[in-house]
Formats: sequence, structure tokens, C-alpha cells
Amino acid sequence: MANTQQFDMPHDTDIAWCPGCGNYPLLIILKMALAELGIAPENLVTVSGIGQAAKAPHYFRGHVFNGLHGRALPPATAIKAVNPSLTVIAESGDGDTYGEGGNHFIHTIRRNPDITNLVHNNMVYGLTKGQASPTSEKGMVTPIQVAGVTMEPFNPVSTAIALDASFVARVFVGNVVQAKEIIKQAILWEGYALVDVFQPCVVYNKINTYQWFKENTYALPEEYDPTDRQAAFAKSIETEKLPLGVIYTNSSKKTFESQLFTAGSALYTKRFDEQAFSDLLHSKR
Amino acid sequence: MLRIHDEISIVLGGSAGQGIQTIESLLMAALKSQGYHVFATKEYMSRIRGGSNSTEIRITSQKRAAYAKRIDVLFPLDEGVLTHLAKRISSKTLVLADTKLLKKKYAHAILDVPFSRMAKEFGNPVLSNTIAVGVVLGMMKVEMADFEATLRKLFGRKGEEMVKKNIEAGEAGYKLGQHLAFLQGLDIQIPRRKQKQEDLLLSGSDALGLGVVAAQCNFIASYPMSPGTTLLTFLAQVGQRLGIAVEQAEDEIAAINMALGASYAGARAIVTTSGGGFALMEEGVSLAGMIETPIVIHIAQRPGPATGLPTRTEQADLNLSLYSGHGEFPRAIFTPGSPEEMFEAGQMAFQIADRYQSPVFILTDQYLLDAVGNVSEKDLKRLPMKHMIVKTKKDYLRYTLTEDGISPRGIPGFGEGLVIVDSDEHTQDGHLTEDLEMRVKMMDKRMKKADGMRKEVLKPVAGGAKQGNIVVVGWGSTKGAITEGLENSKREDIRMLHFKQVYPLPKHLETYFEDAEKTIIIENNFTGQFANLLKQEGVKVTDTILKYDGEPFCVEELTKIFKGL
Ligand SMILES: Cc1ncc(C[n+]2csc(CCOP(=O)(O)OP(=O)(O)O)c2C)c(N)n1
Repeated sequence: MANTQQFDMPHDTDIAWCPGCGNYPLLIILKMALAELGIAPENLVTVSGIGQAAKAPHYFRGHVFNGLHGRALPPATAIKAVNPSLTVIAESGDGDTYGEGGNHFIHTIRRNPDITNLVHNNMVYGLTKGQASPTSEKGMVTPIQVAGVTMEPFNPVSTAIALDASFVARVFVGNVVQAKEIIKQAILWEGYALVDVFQPCVVYNKINTYQWFKENTYALPEEYDPTDRQAAFAKSIETEKLPLGVIYTNSSKKTFESQLFTAGSALYTKRFDEQAFSDLLHSKR
Repeated sequence: MLRIHDEISIVLGGSAGQGIQTIESLLMAALKSQGYHVFATKEYMSRIRGGSNSTEIRITSQKRAAYAKRIDVLFPLDEGVLTHLAKRISSKTLVLADTKLLKKKYAHAILDVPFSRMAKEFGNPVLSNTIAVGVVLGMMKVEMADFEATLRKLFGRKGEEMVKKNIEAGEAGYKLGQHLAFLQGLDIQIPRRKQKQEDLLLSGSDALGLGVVAAQCNFIASYPMSPGTTLLTFLAQVGQRLGIAVEQAEDEIAAINMALGASYAGARAIVTTSGGGFALMEEGVSLAGMIETPIVIHIAQRPGPATGLPTRTEQADLNLSLYSGHGEFPRAIFTPGSPEEMFEAGQMAFQIADRYQSPVFILTDQYLLDAVGNVSEKDLKRLPMKHMIVKTKKDYLRYTLTEDGISPRGIPGFGEGLVIVDSDEHTQDGHLTEDLEMRVKMMDKRMKKADGMRKEVLKPVAGGAKQGNIVVVGWGSTKGAITEGLENSKREDIRMLHFKQVYPLPKHLETYFEDAEKTIIIENNFTGQFANLLKQEGVKVTDTILKYDGEPFCVEELTKIFKGL
């Protein structure tokens, strides 16, 4: 196992997560995945929104862009576009990514930047103290949904497949080895890679606990073919038990940044083209 | 005998898609190259085809940059124009029309010019545009050879056959124009500059676009909204040649957050929008203030509230930009009033944004962006562009506390350090904190940058009388109309102050108003937003002149007001 030390923060770092929070195992898994891939903190940018999950980038070493609630994907897309040599991860909660940032989720899939999107899916709003999230089960009672949630839960996996996302996976933090391997694949994947991460909120979600996730998920078998979009879609709408693994991939898509006028090297290294400017000016004569 | 000396105002009117644009560009190009000063303004309806739209072209012996209500020569391409522009047509207006295109008889005397029949004779209805241009040039007695050269330049791409046809049609129009002038006893004499001019022909949007390019902008993400879209289009058109990443975002929220990500990673980023779109960006402005990431925001104003009048003009988003974003953080707002100042503002905005790691606004409006005029290249001042990014060392801290509040800005991947930015309050290393002492230190640090910004403001421009105890004040697009109105009023006791930057305001602002008995603020809005800002800064404002009908101030109304002061 690779040494994750280079990602460790100082011991006195004040971590704002509750004891037993599902964010902890994901932090460890992510550090392992990064270490095994040999990614240097100096080459890694993690972008997040706001929420408990979105604090994650403060707890491992690397560059950080901790922006606004729901808005991790647009800056992540732009950072990769402006400097394609960086490894870019967008990491936030389910409320942040699928609720407040829902429009960006849809269009980032269409845009296909080469970034990894880790969504801590605890099916509840943690930081704001237990309201329903887009992925909360119907009937879940909260201080606001006092008679239980009435909306259909949002299905990020089937949405992503419907939009022909380039890489769609789901993992559970209780399955450390599988989760780590899949996150590694997602980071290596060229194009937008969604990893919906099941993890419990031990304080506000009394339904979807460690035990619940264990009982209600199963790993996709070895022979499962993620390139068959229709089959993948069928998998994504299973409700009896939820599949874990790489559910869908499409390797034929070009990345967003490779199609920009500025594709190639980082923008900050490029020189201003005086001749081009002068030509432009004189074209207005 | 109808004498038109010194300047002429020609108006082309019709529905969208009828070719007004083509006539305008041909005429402007031909006249500009002859050494005339030209200035064109547009007004149009919010629709793709149809409606009633018009373009005014002023051909003047001196450089002018204002809309005039008077029409000397009108070319109505359809009947609707005559009703649409009824208030501007006087007994002195010469109306030249293909009477075949007008369904009913009209009260005004109309000179019949059979454009369409003539064009048909040349075998192509499109040629009626060239014929119309020929008529104007013939009436004005400009040299036919220069007109030919212009046609060659504009139609060269379409092949020799097309060039020939256009020259023939142009000539026919030209002769007709001479003939009509003779019949009408028309004497047009507009002195022009002797030597041939290599002036540029720029719209406000072009001038802003060029300024932004000169500022070495290399990233734009935006969402279409009139009249802000023109800058996005401009940069998209030149992006490949100049190395600019251009993205149409899914909404304005994505646009500004992308631009901030880009800027964080080392791009020089801008967003462009109008008031409504900007309202969606506000949280992003606040983020820029907190993470101290440079961003330039272009707001092209149009009348609100809500969707308002999408294709008209107003200056009512000063407060919106001044107070946008929750919390407190420094900002700068540039309000250029001419193409030359647009070019300057584009560069200044990037410089100030970069130096002070803050959001910087450029406030323009529909009128200013759409207006086209000749601009001398030497009046487009290039500013030295200093890049402020530092290479980071291992122990780099993004928010080092400094004397002037400016922390050296690193970017990820350049140097050995880590660049950590956070929308939460943070410590010097960028990680979030809830330490209230640190909060105060960081607030003080950020706000200190406002002092520096204030030292670098663009000073207001003086105009009108050299001295005088009446001061009229404008900002942004009103500059041309105020300047010309003052000149026409012949008042020697009224001076102008035009603010091309409205925030921060210069230190010792009161010195600009010393010995002013009357201070009158002129704005295209209802509440006098700049007047209120000046009052807040201690200026004794005595009166305001406000207009909010969606149109810019015209020379005549300001002349009249100034005469009466
Ligand atoms: C614009 C805006 N709206 C609302 C909030 C308040 N807010 C902060 S986090 C959050 C939801 C967090 O839920 P989730 O994204 O699922 O993350 P978790 O805390 O559960 O990890 C909300 C509503 C905010 N910060 N910004």
C-alpha cells in the first residue's frame, strides 16, 4: 500500500465532522487512491461547494478551491480548462451537487471536462441540520418535511446515463477496497467521471445507516459490461437493491478542454500575440 | 434652396432584415475614408424580423458622439417608418423613398427614388442598398473614385462580377443623387479633413472588445443577454486567433463561477451580461471579494426592472453593481463614455482587478455599445499590462497579512506551494477558520485594498467652459450629448465633469466642486443614482436631469436645458 503521509494535514487540524461520520472513511479512501496513483498534492486541485462534505478538501493536502454552495462544478471545469496538467476533483454533498447545483450537474455532464466528481451522498442535508436532500427517501420525516418527504428521490446515476456521461459509478464507503479502486479509475478516466458515494450521516439520517447501505446494496459482478447504455440504464433504476460499481462508461467522447481555442498548455504560460492584436485592430479600418 | 452645412443627419428606417445594416456599413465606410467624421446610432425593437427600427448617421465636420433628434434626410424602407419616426420628421426633412414600397399617401412631401426598379434593372434586388448609398454620396458630391474603392473593399470577397455590379449600381445611384440635389436646390457642404484618414470604424462593443483583448484577457464564460452578448460574440470571433477560451455557460451563475475558477488557475477572466443576468451572478461577486480572485464584470445596462425594454438604453444599474454581493469587500466601477474610454476601461479593469485581486465592473449601456463612429488609432491608448502572479515557494500562504492588504497571488501548478482559497473566513494559509480574531484581521486586510484602489482612480474629465459656477455632471454614455449640448448652448459659465470611474471616487472630491453654485447631475434613470452617491460623498447636488424613457439624451434636449439654466 502506498504511503498517504504526503496528504496528511497537521495533527492539530480542527476537523468539523461528527464522530462516526461517513466522511472519514471517504477521506481515507481518497488519500489511498491518490497515493496509489502517485499524484502529488502540488498537482492536485480539489474544488468544493458548501456543506459538511464540501469541507473535505481542507482535510488533505493539495490545492483547494472551496467556493459556493452548489457551485463546485463550474470552477472545476474552468480550472481544468485553464491548466490541463492539473488533476481536478470536484467534491461535495448530494444537496450541493444535485440540488443547488443541479443545473451545473446536467451541463457539466454534457460538457465533459476531464474531472472527477465525488458526491458524498448521505441522503440528507447535514450542515443545515437534517432537512431533506434531493436523494432523501420518500416518507423520510425531518424538521421541515414533518409529514415525510413527498417528492421522488433524484436518481443521479440514471440521470447521468440518460445524459450519456462518460463515466458513472457508485460506491459505498463501507466497501473500502472497491471504493478505492473505482475512485482510482475515475481519476484516471479521461472525461467527466461521476462517483456517487453512499455514506451515512450518523446524526441526521436514521434511515440510511451503515447497516442499511450494507443490506440494500450489492457489487456488480465481474462480467458486467458498463459500455451497454441500455443495460446500464436498467441497472440504474433497480430499486430492490442498489448496484455498486462502474455502471456506465463511454470512452468515445472528447473532453471539453481539448476542444477549446486554447487547448494544450496552461494559459498562464502563453504569451500575448502582439501581431494578432495589431491585425485585429487594423481589420477595423 | 435647402442648405445643409457643417453636418447632416441621415436616418435609415425599416423593419429588421430589410438591409439597414448593409446601407449603414457601406455609407459609414465610404464617408469615413473620405475624411468625414461619422457617428451612427441605432434603435430597434426586440424581435428578429419586422418591427420598426432605425439608424441615424451623422456626418459632421467635427468629431461628434451623440444622438441628434433632427433628421435632415430620411430613407424609409417601408411605410411603418414614417409613423414610427413621425415626431422627428419636420418640414425641413427630405424624405427619399421608393414610393412603390409605401402603401398609402403620406402627409410629408416624398421624393420618389425607384430603388427597387433600378435594382431590378441591374438584375439583383440586393443592389438597392448600394443604390441608396450612391444617392447619398451623389447628393453630398463626394468623389466617385473613393466610393468605388470602398465597394471594392467590401465586396471583393464575393468576386469580380459582384464588385462590378455594385459599382454600376452605385454609379447609377450617385448620378441620381446629383440630379435630385440639383432639382431640390440642395446645397450640402460638410468640410472634411484634407488628408485621407486611416481611422478605425468602431462600435462601442468593438472598442470594449479591443480593450479587453489588449488587456490580454484569455477567458470568457457568459450567458447570452442583450445588450451584453456583443462582447461575448466579439471575443468568440477573435478567440482562435488570439488564444481566448470562450464558453457559453448554462446560466449566469455558472458563468461567473467558471470565470473565478479560471482566474484562480491563472487566466485573465471576464464575464459579460445585463442587469438581470448580473443579478444571478451576485453571490459570485461576493465570492470574488472573499477569495480575492480577480474578475472583470461587464454589465451592459438596459431598462429594467425585470425584462424591461430589452433593446433600449438606461443607466439604472449603478446601485446594483455598487451594492452587489453580500458582505463587505472592495470593488471598482468604470463607466466609459466613448469608444476611446471603452478601450481604456477594458484595460484598466483588468489591471485593477489583477492588482487588487477584486471584482471590477465595467458599466456600459445599449446606446453606447451599439453606437459606431470613426476613431483615430492614436487615441486608443495602450496601457502596460503587468502580470501579478507569483511563483510559489513551499511555505506559500495565499492570504499573507501585508501592509497594503495585497497578498502575493500564486496559482496552482506554478511553484512548489499550495494555493488554498475558501469562501469561508480563512486563515493566512487559506483554510477555513472560525477564529474571530483572525476574522477581524482578514476583514481589515481585504478592506485595506480599497485605499490603494482609491489612489489609482481615473479622474473625472472636464469639458464645457474652462470656468464657471454651474457644473453639470455625467457618467458613462451621456458624455457625447452633454459635451455637444454645452457647445451648442454657447454658455460660458457651465462646465462639465464626466466620470469615467464612479467608484471609488477620487480623494478630495469636493475640490472638483469648489465655487460651484449649481451642481446638476445628468443620468438616464429615475432616481438619480449617481447624484445620490455624490451626495453621500459630501457633494452638494442642487439638481438632477433624469431620463428613463429607454432613449439616450439627444443633443437638442440638452442644448435647450443648458440654455435655460
Ligand atoms: C446559497 C446558499 N444556500 C443555502 C446555504 C446553506 N447550506 C449550506 S450546506 C447546505 C446543504 C448541505 O447538504 P449537502 O450538500 O448534502 O452536504 P452535507 O452537509 O450533508 O455534507 C445548505 C442548504 C448556503 N450555504 N448557500
